[in-house]
Amino acid sequence: MKSRSAAAPFGIWMALFTIVPLAIVVWFAFTDQNGDFTLSNLSAIGEHAGAFGLSIALGAIATILCLVLAYPLAYSISRVSERAQQTMVMIIMLPMWMNFLLRTYAWMSILENNGFINQFLRLIGVLGEGQSLPLINTNGAVVLGMVYNFLPFMVLPLYSVMVKIDRRVIEAAQDLGSNGFQVLFRVIFPLSVPGILSGITMVFVPAVSTFVITKLLGGSKVMLIGDIIESSFIGHGANYHVGAALSLVLMILILICMAFTSLVDKGEDEGGMMA
Amino acid sequence: MKTLSKIYNALIFVFLYAPILVLIIFSFNDSRSRVVWNGFSLRWYETLFQDTELLDSLWLTLTVAVTATVISTLIGTAAAVGIHGMNGRLRKVFMTVNNIPMVNPEIVTGIALMLLFVFIYRATGILQPGFAALLLSHITFCIPYVVLQVMPKLRQTDKHLYEAAMDLGCHPWSAFAKVVMPEIMPGIVTGALMAFTMSLDDFVISLFTSGESAQTLSVTIYAMVKRRVTPEINALSTLMFGTVLILLILVNVLQIRGKPKQTAQ
Repeated sequence: MKSRSAAAPFGIWMALFTIVPLAIVVWFAFTDQNGDFTLSNLSAIGEHAGAFGLSIALGAIATILCLVLAYPLAYSISRVSERAQQTMVMIIMLPMWMNFLLRTYAWMSILENNGFINQFLRLIGVLGEGQSLPLINTNGAVVLGMVYNFLPFMVLPLYSVMVKIDRRVIEAAQDLGSNGFQVLFRVIFPLSVPGILSGITMVFVPAVSTFVITKLLGGSKVMLIGDIIESSFIGHGANYHVGAALSLVLMILILICMAFTSLVDKGEDEGGMMA
Repeated sequence: MKTLSKIYNALIFVFLYAPILVLIIFSFNDSRSRVVWNGFSLRWYETLFQDTELLDSLWLTLTVAVTATVISTLIGTAAAVGIHGMNGRLRKVFMTVNNIPMVNPEIVTGIALMLLFVFIYRATGILQPGFAALLLSHITFCIPYVVLQVMPKLRQTDKHLYEAAMDLGCHPWSAFAKVVMPEIMPGIVTGALMAFTMSLDDFVISLFTSGESAQTLSVTIYAMVKRRVTPEINALSTLMFGTVLILLILVNVLQIRGKPKQTAQ
């Protein structure tokens, strides 16, 4: 078929703007300022092992929280009428239309020492005058920011898998004497695994590599790998070579995670996350 | 059980909308504070329309989003048709390449494109970070969304219809335009909408490729967040949010009105 040639512009475009840039990242990672081969950029990773560890830990916690929070929600959406489903999906997607930075910024007003939560706690007398709960600039605030921003990415793939579960399968399990928990763990859960896996990747990847959320909600106290990469490309003391090496490691790390999830999932090549 | 799940869903929705509500309410605040209410005022809406820096970056954001959507929809749709005609290994290679920008963390895509433009600039003296670099980057990360939306629609179309059209004397081009295009149109529209949303909302890739000269709204907001955010930005996002809300409600109403007609046909 001649139609194949229609993909030629795409092929050229993606080679130029996806493959070549990644090759340049690799080149920068293994060279120094003079363009000579070096491994010293990679050894900088040792210095930032703490940031790598913290990124993975916070990213993993946020992903698990998203899964736990999204699962019941996605399930209940998938069981209502089609019109109600459309409305609820819209309610979940609508916040994404408000600028991501501003939404996160708004959490500062809620969490900071004079923010709404602390104001409220002082009002009802839980906290004395001048006292405040340390909410902002903590690891917890960063995790909250991650959960808040990426929750829809977990709800949508879960929902799109669950909506395809045949009601009759659940009814059959109930007819055969399964109680609610058995239906959940032995029927619904196994059938929703592809959604869980694509949800996990869609939350974990942006969470582990974020730098905006830490800048806004973590103050300067929480440094993730994304912050370190950003500062090696923007501002004073930028070092593209170290930044490229760190990006390379981050990318490989995520590829390993992805390979792990795709081992469990034997799905199609065009993942079915969005309906 | 039913009420329990309703309460649960309501709580999640509160969680999702609490910060948005805060933003909207404080866009009407009569002071700069983001936590203390000083009375109702429209002053931030007035100053917004005099703030040329903010309006310029809004204009730039929209220009980039519209241009990137048009170009990525063209390239992406053609790509989907081409990939659909492939089989085996070649198809797999193309789909993997298509997935790279979607799987890669945004920050990695951002710095990779930045380094590409730095590299080209050092070698040739053109394509400094700026408008062109920004636009090329946006097209790049928008294309995969279009491909992924059009591919499933192509798989659902009956290829015998296309062949039948040609047997009946249609030129391949007009057979494509008359038979295949109407079938895949919903995929193209969804893909274009997603591309537009992604471009409009993008921050990370824009930050690394826009440079000083071409700051999108997100990049301007980021610079503000580091110094001090003026409530003008709350006013602007309230207006944008309102516009989207109205559009969505309109589309929904039209769909509901359109439905009975469709079933009657």
